[in-house]
Amino acid sequence: MPSIKALPIMFDSANTLPPAPGVGYKSQHYTALLEDPSPVRWLEVHAENYMGDGGRPLAQLRALSERFPVSVHGVGLSIGGPERLDPDHLARLKTLLGWLDPASFSEHLAWSTHDSHFLNDLLPLPYTPATLTRICDHVDEVQETLGQRMLLENPSSYLAFAESTLEETDFLREVTARTGCGLLLDVNNVFVSATNLGYSPQDYLAAFPMAAVGEIHLAGHDTDHDDHGAPLLIDSHGREVAEPVWALLDLALAQGGARPLLIEWDTDVPDWPVLAAEARRAEAALTRVPA
Amino acid sequence: MTGASATEITFRAGLMDATRPVPDALTDGAGRPAGRRFDVYRNNVAVSLREALETGFPAVAKLIGPENFSRAAGMYLRAAPPDSPVMMHYGTGFPAFLAGIEALRGIGYLPCVARLELALRASYHAADAPVLDAARLAALDEDSLMRARLTVAPATRVLRSPWPVRSIHRYALIPGSPKPQARAEDVVVTRPAFDPATNLLPPGGADFLTTLQGGGCFGDALAAAGTAFDLSATLSLLLQQGAFSDLTRA
Repeated sequence: MPSIKALPIMFDSANTLPPAPGVGYKSQHYTALLEDPSPVRWLEVHAENYMGDGGRPLAQLRALSERFPVSVHGVGLSIGGPERLDPDHLARLKTLLGWLDPASFSEHLAWSTHDSHFLNDLLPLPYTPATLTRICDHVDEVQETLGQRMLLENPSSYLAFAESTLEETDFLREVTARTGCGLLLDVNNVFVSATNLGYSPQDYLAAFPMAAVGEIHLAGHDTDHDDHGAPLLIDSHGREVAEPVWALLDLALAQGGARPLLIEWDTDVPDWPVLAAEARRAEAALTRVPA
Repeated sequence: MTGASATEITFRAGLMDATRPVPDALTDGAGRPAGRRFDVYRNNVAVSLREALETGFPAVAKLIGPENFSRAAGMYLRAAPPDSPVMMHYGTGFPAFLAGIEALRGIGYLPCVARLELALRASYHAADAPVLDAARLAALDEDSLMRARLTVAPATRVLRSPWPVRSIHRYALIPGSPKPQARAEDVVVTRPAFDPATNLLPPGGADFLTTLQGGGCFGDALAAAGTAFDLSATLSLLLQQGAFSDLTRA
């Protein structure tokens, strides 16, 4: 029997996300990724873009999944909504996860469907005992149907619900405790929400259930202003990660240890070298994490 | 929808209807009314759906210009928001919707161009299939050929139009394309590899292909195509473009 060291690296690492940089996959980077992906070690795809019957998207994903661990990130389950989860959509996810066998599946603490209409945005919910029960029921259903643990991502918020009685960090902690799901910590969302709602992002991180974090997201945001001239940050995913977000990443890594780090860049997608440079910066952040 | 709070309900109602007030119980971090913070969500929804339509209907957008397209898309996304999170299918009702917009009545070909763009998108995402080897067809004697059934590939689409729809589509998107001439055009969309292609079908070609698509045998399709039909030219085009995936002998 060969020793563990003798096994090819692909074999033992293919089905977990490494604590290394990854990027959100865009088809214009396909050739660059196959030629020289460094420093990128894994990829994330939006589940809903791979629910066609065939063609180039599925062929590319199949080829990439032979080279990289893949994370599937859903944007359409509407876990945060009061409606029951769409069984057709759950079935589509099950099909995708079945053939792809990804290293991770994640979704959002948000809703996107109302009256069976999909609104193509991640929309907010109040944090109350009633919504906590609802989210836990939905996460349970997802994990049972898909037969695997999922990660739930903290949202970016532009406003608050007067009826909320729970802090977001307490809400997420309770969801992980009741359902056993993991968390996806989006550090840009932390900065955006904290700025928009006037709290300390450092305090938020200190209260975040870091042990449950299976992946960290980084992205760029835009700056607007509210009716009172206060900064209103928009989670746009269309530029470099902002400096204060890199600083928050260092804090999160110091607190929780190394994690898979993802650069998300979804609008005005740059050429590969620009994205690779962001990933290199994430790699450098990981080297600063105490062993 | 059970268990939704009052604010969750008004949030939903206000999202797609900018004439409604921002729900009272939405605030900033200091407890003041949310005001234009709510508009961020309104805007995100409208812009993302409009962009999805722009991506899906680039020739329509080019033909009527960005402002008109934005207006038409804005009307459509309110009348018919997506009914599934799988956005690659969004906009199937857009051609008919365009046909109903009074201000666009003068551009009679517009809905046809939109239908062609839908067909291209459907072809792009259709199931993979092998390409039928022409030698298998050539090996049949005439009697077997007439009774054989050709399987049309999942990525193949047929579009009949009273307008020069393919010429207009190319003229809108491909620089240097010739100016469309007034004529009817029947178009076949095929996907030999990963990129859908369009080709003109000769007279009778659309009847021939749709009969095969409907499960008719080769002889039925030939009869449907009429007397002026150029079988040899049509068949060689379709075989070369990978329009068929299989052949079943009777």
